[in-house]
Amino acid sequence: MSVSTAAYDPSGPAGHLPSRAGEAKLRLDEWQLALPLALAFAALFVAPLLLLVGVSFFNDDKITQAGFGSWIKFFGDPFNYKVIGDTLLLGVKTVCTTVLIGYPLALVYLDLPARLQRVLLFIIVLPLLLSVVVRTFAWIVVLGREGMVNQVLQGLGIISEPLRLLQTELGLVISLTQIEMPLMLLPLISVMSRLDPNLRDASAALGASRWRTLFTVILPLSMPGLVAGCLLVFASSTTAFISQTVIGGVRLIYLPLLIWQQSLVVYNWPLAAVASLSLVVSVLSVIAALSYLGRRSSGHLHG
Amino acid sequence: MARHRSFGDISYGFVVGGLATLAVFIIVTPVVVVLMTSFTEGRSLKFPPTGFSFGWYEQLFDASQSRQIHKAAFNSLEVACFSTLFGVVLATLASLGLARDRRKMARFADNFFMSPLVLPGITFGLAALVYFSTLGFRPSLDLMIAGHLMVTMPFILRTTTASLSQLDPALLDSSRSLGASWLYTLRRVTLPLIAPGIAAGAFLAFMASIDNVPVSLFLSNARTDTLPIRMWGMMEATLDVRVAAVSGVLIASAFLLMLIMEWTVGLTRRMRD
Repeated sequence: MSVSTAAYDPSGPAGHLPSRAGEAKLRLDEWQLALPLALAFAALFVAPLLLLVGVSFFNDDKITQAGFGSWIKFFGDPFNYKVIGDTLLLGVKTVCTTVLIGYPLALVYLDLPARLQRVLLFIIVLPLLLSVVVRTFAWIVVLGREGMVNQVLQGLGIISEPLRLLQTELGLVISLTQIEMPLMLLPLISVMSRLDPNLRDASAALGASRWRTLFTVILPLSMPGLVAGCLLVFASSTTAFISQTVIGGVRLIYLPLLIWQQSLVVYNWPLAAVASLSLVVSVLSVIAALSYLGRRSSGHLHG
Repeated sequence: MARHRSFGDISYGFVVGGLATLAVFIIVTPVVVVLMTSFTEGRSLKFPPTGFSFGWYEQLFDASQSRQIHKAAFNSLEVACFSTLFGVVLATLASLGLARDRRKMARFADNFFMSPLVLPGITFGLAALVYFSTLGFRPSLDLMIAGHLMVTMPFILRTTTASLSQLDPALLDSSRSLGASWLYTLRRVTLPLIAPGIAAGAFLAFMASIDNVPVSLFLSNARTDTLPIRMWGMMEATLDVRVAAVSGVLIASAFLLMLIMEWTVGLTRRMRD
């Protein structure tokens, strides 16, 4: 049966018609256009990562003696567990603060007229195009001893001594909240603006309060955007080397700083390789768990 | 519709409105504060800035005083231009080959090429350093272009693939049935239609390269450092107010670039969708 329909199906393979034979061949070969990228990708991305995995299985920094020494050394030190834990916790805290103020902003965006929506979107996207270094530097100016926050609080007489905000985790989380905010807002707004506005109107017409509409209609439907935003913010804040070192200083140690120290200061590449692979595994496993939960929650909705 | 506003609705407006205002405040304030500080007369980053002058900008644009910053800026531009250029060629070709291919292998390749976006940049940076040193290369701008290409190419691939999948296949079929060759269809039909997608991706890739820290951190040395690395050094050592002036220049350029992209390809719309 499939043979007889294929002969009439214009989109099916029509190789036995002579006039189309050459064309069918060309279409079959279209995937070969991806070959240059595939080659570059293999040579410049896959090969370095495989080598990094290989280097991690050497015991000494001269890379002469193969073995599990670096792995044993890294995971034998309780300090490294604390660093991994602190890094993941920093990501979780940043995700929480960006959701807390980013989600309401996305809700307000939905209610704005189209012209104001464009302005707000512009404001949201602009920081994304600003260098992370500039955004980090901006927070040094805002949070410093003579910075805006301290000057305003002292001016209002709330505090007498300047607060220490730089080189604290609080200051770092505040800064990362702004630095990572666009990554939360863009997927959220993308999903939310596709929601059928009738759903909200229907919910209101049926007597639900705005809170109830939020938690039973908008929040479940915007879950894919929320999860995507959380993933991006988590991945970006746990690996934000510049912000972590400049605002966190040397006393707050996170995995990226550890990797940098081991590779470019101490020159112990095997240990740096182990640390960076631990970063990949710990960050990606949190991301995999989150996206699994996200899929399950949206699956419930449809199922 | 005069509906009775309950306590719940009022508290909703209060809480959501308040938090949203806080969000806008937190997004905008640092940018404004840096711009203000860059015009200070003083020698520190005190707020509010004392006086108004272009002094720090004059120092920044002075060829002899800020030679290293200028060198770093040109390095950044060179690396961003070349990595974007190669990225456009490789990613556009790959999208043309894979975007409308429904086979499992093609879907897998598409996702695989996106993986640099997920992998922590610092891990790839270290891997690239170990790899290139093992092969015997010394730090150079060429290596940096290769490294940046890998982490910025996915942006172009994504927007181009999105444009291609929105393309009406009937257009290509009619072009072909009217006797146009594959190449002619590509040149006259496909490319003009997906050009805005390629441009938006190229813009994002260019900005990602200019902004890249983790790859440059491992692949640059004092001679080949890029602007973000140089600025990081200036912030770590003594807090040089010229960093504020550099930030001012970067803020102004990002603002201008964004206006241009908004007018030409509708960037924010593309980023939202």
